[in-house]
Amino acid sequence: MRYKAGSYDIVVIGAGHAGCEAGLAGARMGCKTLLITLSLDNVALMPCNPAVGGPAKGHLVREVDALGGEIGINTDKTLIQMRLLNTGKGPAVHALRAQTDKRVYQMEMTKTIESQEKLTVKQGMVEEVLVDEKGVAGVVTQTGAVFRCRAVVIATGTYLKGRIIIGNIMYDGGPNGQFPSIGLAASLKSLGLNLFRFKTGTPPRVDRRTVDFSRMTIQPGDPNPLPFSFMTDRLERPHVPCWLTYTNERTHTVIKENLHRSPLYSGLIEGVGPRYCPSIEDKIVRFGDKEAHQIFVEPEGLLTYEMYVQGMSTSLPEDVQLQMLRTIKGMENVEIMRPGYAIEYEVVDATQLKPSLETKVCPGLFTAGQLNGTSGYEEAAAQGIIAGINAARYCQGQDPVILKRSEAYIGVLIDDLVTKGTREPYRMMTSRAEYRLLLRQDNADLRLTALGHRIGLASEARYQRLIAKKERIKQELERLQKTVVSPTDELAIMVLEKKGSSQLKGPANLGDLLRRPELSYEDIARISPSTEPLPREVEAQVEIQLKYEGYITRQLAQVERFEKIEERALPQDIDYGQIRGLSKEAQQKLAAIRPVSVGQAGRISGVSPADVNVLLIYLEQRRRERG
Amino acid sequence: MFDTIAAISTPLGEGGIGIVRISGKEALLVADRVCRLKKGESVFNISSHTINYGFVIDPATNSRIDEALVSVMLGPRTYTGEDVVEINCHGGIVPLRKVLDTVLANGAVLAEEGEFTKRAFLNGRLDLAQAEAVIDIIRSRTEKGMDLAVSQLAGYLSSEVNDLRDEVLELLAFIEASIDFPEEDIEELGIEEIKKRISQVGRGVERLLEGSKKGRIYREGIRMVIAGRPNVGKSSLLNALMKEKRAIVTDIPGTTRDVIEELINIKGIPIRIVDTAGIRTTSDLVERIGVEKTLEYLERADLVLMVLDSEVGVTSEDMEIIGNLGGKPVVFVLNKIDVKNPVIFQKDLDGLVKGRPLVEISATLEIGLSQLEEVLAEMILGGQVHAQEQGMVTRLRHVESLRKAARHLEQALEGCFLGIAPDLLSVDLRGAWEALGEITGDTTSEDVLDRIFAEFCIGK
Repeated sequence: MRYKAGSYDIVVIGAGHAGCEAGLAGARMGCKTLLITLSLDNVALMPCNPAVGGPAKGHLVREVDALGGEIGINTDKTLIQMRLLNTGKGPAVHALRAQTDKRVYQMEMTKTIESQEKLTVKQGMVEEVLVDEKGVAGVVTQTGAVFRCRAVVIATGTYLKGRIIIGNIMYDGGPNGQFPSIGLAASLKSLGLNLFRFKTGTPPRVDRRTVDFSRMTIQPGDPNPLPFSFMTDRLERPHVPCWLTYTNERTHTVIKENLHRSPLYSGLIEGVGPRYCPSIEDKIVRFGDKEAHQIFVEPEGLLTYEMYVQGMSTSLPEDVQLQMLRTIKGMENVEIMRPGYAIEYEVVDATQLKPSLETKVCPGLFTAGQLNGTSGYEEAAAQGIIAGINAARYCQGQDPVILKRSEAYIGVLIDDLVTKGTREPYRMMTSRAEYRLLLRQDNADLRLTALGHRIGLASEARYQRLIAKKERIKQELERLQKTVVSPTDELAIMVLEKKGSSQLKGPANLGDLLRRPELSYEDIARISPSTEPLPREVEAQVEIQLKYEGYITRQLAQVERFEKIEERALPQDIDYGQIRGLSKEAQQKLAAIRPVSVGQAGRISGVSPADVNVLLIYLEQRRRERG
Repeated sequence: MFDTIAAISTPLGEGGIGIVRISGKEALLVADRVCRLKKGESVFNISSHTINYGFVIDPATNSRIDEALVSVMLGPRTYTGEDVVEINCHGGIVPLRKVLDTVLANGAVLAEEGEFTKRAFLNGRLDLAQAEAVIDIIRSRTEKGMDLAVSQLAGYLSSEVNDLRDEVLELLAFIEASIDFPEEDIEELGIEEIKKRISQVGRGVERLLEGSKKGRIYREGIRMVIAGRPNVGKSSLLNALMKEKRAIVTDIPGTTRDVIEELINIKGIPIRIVDTAGIRTTSDLVERIGVEKTLEYLERADLVLMVLDSEVGVTSEDMEIIGNLGGKPVVFVLNKIDVKNPVIFQKDLDGLVKGRPLVEISATLEIGLSQLEEVLAEMILGGQVHAQEQGMVTRLRHVESLRKAARHLEQALEGCFLGIAPDLLSVDLRGAWEALGEITGDTTSEDVLDRIFAEFCIGK
């Protein structure tokens, strides 16, 4: 029996990392939003590693935070270790990575979504998306509840027709003993979305009381950790270490002897897995000459004995998992608490999405997260916030927010997905961003917070912080350019000598000194400190802006050219089949993807520079004909 | 679309004057760098739509390249609608190329085919009726003839460029892997090793650039040799082919003074004809030399037109040349089919031709020429003919890309010495990799990722 259960602007299906951001964004932007999940006990579940961030992923977290999202704040509240990675590799690729307390992470996020104004949270399994002539009209749950709405964000993660595989054992299910979502897949198909199968996996969790850490190398966190969120002033969390050990020849022998029992090689697994996250059996087969593989043992939280065995993702049978773990130094007597498994699930063909994450097949229907073929909590959150923002803008009759590749990793992520699609679970990497030097984690707020505030998502407090920070940066930059140091300045002589930097031949300003590779902001401040102590982030900003000015200017010039062609909009009503001069392949691809700009068109494989020129001529023709 | 572009805008080899046209926002700036006008005037100060006398110089060496008449035309009342500078210099392919080259080295980029016209249209200087024509121009260069010819041209270069590119990619993969997977235990290259590798690639690029200066610089096309005994009608065949196709004829002597090379265009495919006929002037006494020379040119040919004489028949000299063809793509041409008493016919040659194409012609009466062209085009487009030339950069665009790569590598190396961070180093390496990719025609960032995953065991 169906019954009328209520009416909303937006319904978000799924309360994982994408769903939570989408629901919060929709509500914070003023839409009456329903967040509906298979299980209220599993909000913001981290079914894989207990960590947030890393190169590019950490950048995404900072960007979501800068827009007014939750993942950064929630991580800061619940982390049990924080590290800044890549410190020696340049500021563009500095990346924060936190170990989190999984369970507490969920509890904090649950609290946040439950207390959010305009957001309703319910448990239920959505089986069908209702549509009318205008587009999305509502959703129906398994128990017959009909929720009317104008926009739907689907963020079902790996639950869509999920199937768990451990050795030769296989059953339908979501991660961690959850139900899969079966009915919804059929509904999406009937709306015209193409679905295909991906696979991913997770390693076993072991009991920390059965691990001998004295035989492993300790991996502590940073002594002065930086937070993820631009709103977090201080991290007040206990820090616990991770541990490093290695596989060995015996481990590899166990795996090789049992390969025939692996579903990867027996053909049981059909889905495509990620190359950057191979199972241990895959690593042994593909890199046979490698004598040892790193294994990180990470705590899953402070209230549990479970430890995550990073590097041991596997779908081998449980007895083999135990056998191979016990060959590893420090794990001779280990006990498994949860076995590793592979999971297969349905994903949407992301080229059926617009850059707003709205599907092309149904107005008002948005998809986000792992369902779109990505992997990772951070990638999910990034899409979740954009889908939430654009669902709200759709309801409010406003143009969607689309971040450019030159503006944010989020822009790169979504543009890659909707323009090229993905053949394996997509993970963000810094090398995917062509303007990496500009898209740093340190300036995510400078890039995005004003936008977040303008669309009604980032809070006023956040915006005021940005304004204050900008002002301080500006003043300090001015001070450095204006303050001239004489060659006889004793402090300068001392600092330069200590740093092995050549002495001044004539007067120089502090800015020029800071541009010397061997000198840091700290050194400059020693020569001439600022009148008031500056926050660490302001110092860093000043240093980066001056030191990398040359490279930054070069990238800005590239961006200017990129954006010009990006601004050439392609009307959605173009009949590409009628444009003379386009190659057949280009006609087909353009008609399928329907790019929003000439720039996006040029990134579609099969669309040549000549085709781009033809499009430009066509646009001009059309403009003149329509006067 | 937003660069300042330049190209030679007069047909090559025609007339005594050639024009290098520069168009775009920085047209005046570029021209000002390379032009020294009489009375020391700056290009910025001369009036629009006037002609001014001066010289083109190479600012790098301050040496004069050519006398020139320079006209400045400020947009929008110009052909393209943008600021345009035209440098008129003494024609002749060599000085003209040198001028263009200098302009390109000073901030302009080489215009694509049809790009001036495209800009003219986009800037409202051409009316709507001309849009179709513009599309045709844009399209023509990607149509099979030109494109294939170009890609085949790249063939000789591509193995060397690909090798260099591969080395850059490997370096990039190392750097990017260490950035994106900092906690994986993957091998890291030391700075000394990185420097060594960058210099190695840099030297490779320089070598290719050097080669471009010497050899048959800036020449394009498939190298076709017309072979045959003296008097079989090689010169008439050449003249006949040239007569219709005068579009891009040049008269630069080849590497050997005796041989004339002509560039013709058959169905959009540039073909360089090596006319060994010139050899014959050494005199009838030493015809032997002629044959030997022919053999030498055969060595380096991409395609051979083996001319036989239907009036004389197949001689031992013919047989000697044919015996030396090896596996070269060849088209047999039975000439002089118009004579009264031919001694051989097509059917007599089956054993000799062995299934290879044979065309009957009369070079003097111009019979069978279009059929010959068909056959040639088919062989080239069908992929049976490949330009060979080792390590010789012939296309200006390739030189441009090589220069760009060289600049990036220099900057990368300089960065290494300054101790810059890997994220910055990677900007220049990527730049070099992309520039080299412009020659081989592929640049996608997925390649770097593919390399990382192939090379390193990465994963949690």
